Amino acid sequence: MIVGERKPLDEILEMVKDAKKILIVGCKGCVTVCNAGGTKEVGILAATLRLARLKEDNPIEIDEMTLERQCDPEYIEILEERAANYDIILSMACSIGPQYISEKFPEAIVYPALNTCFMGGAQEHGVWAEFCQACGDCKIHLFGGYCPIARCSKSLLNGPCGGSADGKCEVDKEIDCVWHLIVNKLMKQGKLDQLTQVKPLKNWTTSRDGGPRKIVREDLKI
Amino acid sequence: MKSGSNLEKLLNAGEFVITGECGPPRSADASVVREKAKYLKGYVDSVNVTDNQTSVVRMSSLAGSLILQEEGVEANMQMVCRDRNRIAIQSDVLGATALGIRNMLCLSGDHQKFGDHPEAKNVFDLDSIQLIQTVKMMRDEGKLISGQEMAEGTEPRLFIGAAVNPFADPFEYRVYRLAKKIAAGVDFVQTQCIYNMDKFKEYMKQAHDMGLTEKVHVLAGITPMKSLGMARYMQKSVPGMDVPDEIINRLKGVEKGGQSKEGINILLDQIQILKEIPGVAGVHLMAIEWEERVPEIVEAAGLLPRPTV
Repeated sequence: MIVGERKPLDEILEMVKDAKKILIVGCKGCVTVCNAGGTKEVGILAATLRLARLKEDNPIEIDEMTLERQCDPEYIEILEERAANYDIILSMACSIGPQYISEKFPEAIVYPALNTCFMGGAQEHGVWAEFCQACGDCKIHLFGGYCPIARCSKSLLNGPCGGSADGKCEVDKEIDCVWHLIVNKLMKQGKLDQLTQVKPLKNWTTSRDGGPRKIVREDLKI
Repeated sequence: MKSGSNLEKLLNAGEFVITGECGPPRSADASVVREKAKYLKGYVDSVNVTDNQTSVVRMSSLAGSLILQEEGVEANMQMVCRDRNRIAIQSDVLGATALGIRNMLCLSGDHQKFGDHPEAKNVFDLDSIQLIQTVKMMRDEGKLISGQEMAEGTEPRLFIGAAVNPFADPFEYRVYRLAKKIAAGVDFVQTQCIYNMDKFKEYMKQAHDMGLTEKVHVLAGITPMKSLGMARYMQKSVPGMDVPDEIINRLKGVEKGGQSKEGINILLDQIQILKEIPGVAGVHLMAIEWEERVPEIVEAAGLLPRPTV
């Protein structure tokens, strides 16, 4: 899933400082799963903003709603009748949501309330980590099931570098050295040949380096 | 002969070589490099010029290398993958060779987090092993990654080096990584600073038994300890570094004023041991910001005069 994190309150307060009436829009997709922008988080942010503005003696009116998804035009349409009623629309989806909303309603002023962080998964309650960089050409089966592009700080295809110690990355002791995991797993499986083979240069055209990407499925087009 | 560099000739002749290291300044002051050259000329056979080491911005390794060569010191230009994509890398390989560089050390590069521009975007289009492979292809096949060919006699004639760390985790894999660098086409390797001689011997034995030392020249990396404080720092805080207590105790055993002398004594003992290890073709002396001590170290190690071929 896409993992996001709510922006610091001060940054959001600054965004809405001149607004009297705003709409906070959550999303029931990934950001609900990672506890960043679902119905619950919309409610918390709304209550926090109301309180902060009351303290400043400058009350703000906030409406709340959560859409099925914000990355699909059909679910955005529901805002049609309401978009014009607010000084600001604050989206709690990943950055796709506020982009969709502001494109659909060019008059509206739309702000992102989240920072979209990475594609990853939960590791334990309250902990998420990056697993994928969407390079567009998955090769994890050559690396013991781990992705060195996303999970090695240097994206080495022929790692590890000389900086790993005790299975941790030199960049941060909180980061597992993915090459440590790859090597240990493949050695245990007796697949040393996979490790000694020089992995060729990566073709980055399927990644962001080839320009913004698009998938067209003719079989699904109406 | 692959490049005709002094380093290549000496290694092929079976001489016990000694390479040095020179970090360019954090300014455009060429005199800093010229000054360092004085302590290296005639004392070492080739000098690594670092490429923005620890991700701190410095004069480019190409410029530093050329200044050294103007002073009569053969350069071993370091090239990292952190700051250049394959377009820039190949371009720099061609340019450096055109300007007279004959040795190139291929590295991934320290992560920018440790440097003076942690906010920078990194590249890592290639990794160090792919860089070795690329330079070898350019040299031996006269081809760019794109397949574009060079006319015969216009290929970059470089002696290709790499770094190896015999001590980083996982230890059992380290020798296979050396094998991988050899498969990619490396001609010589310089190791990370060695302090744990027993562990290094074990690594070299493994490499020797696998026949790797016949395929590559291994230069053992050594750095003199300037003080007990430095030794303790290296032991605790430098990733991939293995400093045994024995070194700490030797430095502890002398008064503070004598620690740098003892550091050099330890280094001299190491050189004598390294000379006897099968497969060790020489030493890579990293006297970081201590270049002025290089002449006395090389002399005391009995490695003067430097051979010529």
